[in-house]
Amino acid sequence: MNTIFIIAASIALISSLMSITNRNAIHALLYLILSLLSISIIFYISGAPFIAALEVIVYAGAIMVLFIFVVMILNIGLAEEIENRWLTPGTWAVPVILACALLALLVYAMRQMQSVNTTAVVITPKQVGISLFTTYLIAVEIAAVLLMAGIIGAYHLGKQRKKVVHRFLVKPGKEIPGK
Amino acid sequence: MVTISMEIQLLFAGMIFLIGLVGFLVRRNVIFMLLSIEIMLNSAGLAFVIAGSHWMQTDGQVMFIFILTVSAAEVSVGLALILQMYNHFRTLDADSISKLRDKKVI
Repeated sequence: MNTIFIIAASIALISSLMSITNRNAIHALLYLILSLLSISIIFYISGAPFIAALEVIVYAGAIMVLFIFVVMILNIGLAEEIENRWLTPGTWAVPVILACALLALLVYAMRQMQSVNTTAVVITPKQVGISLFTTYLIAVEIAAVLLMAGIIGAYHLGKQRKKVVHRFLVKPGKEIPGK
Repeated sequence: MVTISMEIQLLFAGMIFLIGLVGFLVRRNVIFMLLSIEIMLNSAGLAFVIAGSHWMQTDGQVMFIFILTVSAAEVSVGLALILQMYNHFRTLDADSISKLRDKKVI
């Protein structure tokens, strides 16, 4: 077994666990960035340097920054009380037990499989690009449409709408919101 | 470059996926639920790349690029929805957006 893989995989597992059990949202996001970086190391050693770079640039660089901006805009901290009241060991025990059963099943299935050793061959970005723009051309176009829909949807949903209330409909004593 | 047994790698991807699944089921904060979805999508992409490097084909990496696209679109729309939800309800608790039900939960 490879030492680099074991170190990176254990860092990824521990930081993913910390990110879902953390109460502070910013700390959870930073742990998730650490997990993504170690997964990109695993991509690199298994012969996918292009994907490792994409993971760092797009996931850890763009998506996580978007998350951090939203967390900072919302100034989270007061939403935690409800979850603290709700999150007792009785509620999280059942999903954890079910996930452990699923993990045991996975280990059993992997032990049934005969062991194959993968010697990683580096697949260059050129090969990926050729495959992307010949075999998967339709899928690339569909992905473009999906990204366009994502942009339009985010713009439409992110707009702050002003509430228009007619002045006769407002009860006396209550102020009109937004004025 | 290096020799790693494939089932250990796939097992690792499955463990990351299960961590994301538990996080999605347990947490009630919407931001954490979205974050768990990110973990799950990423582990699915990891499994694709591992299988692609095992058979020395480019298809795994191409699939990872598509997963990346889907995840980016999903995160942008989801975060816009979270902003709207916070503007309406002043909370990030997923149980508070159950206005279509009769009884008040919590």
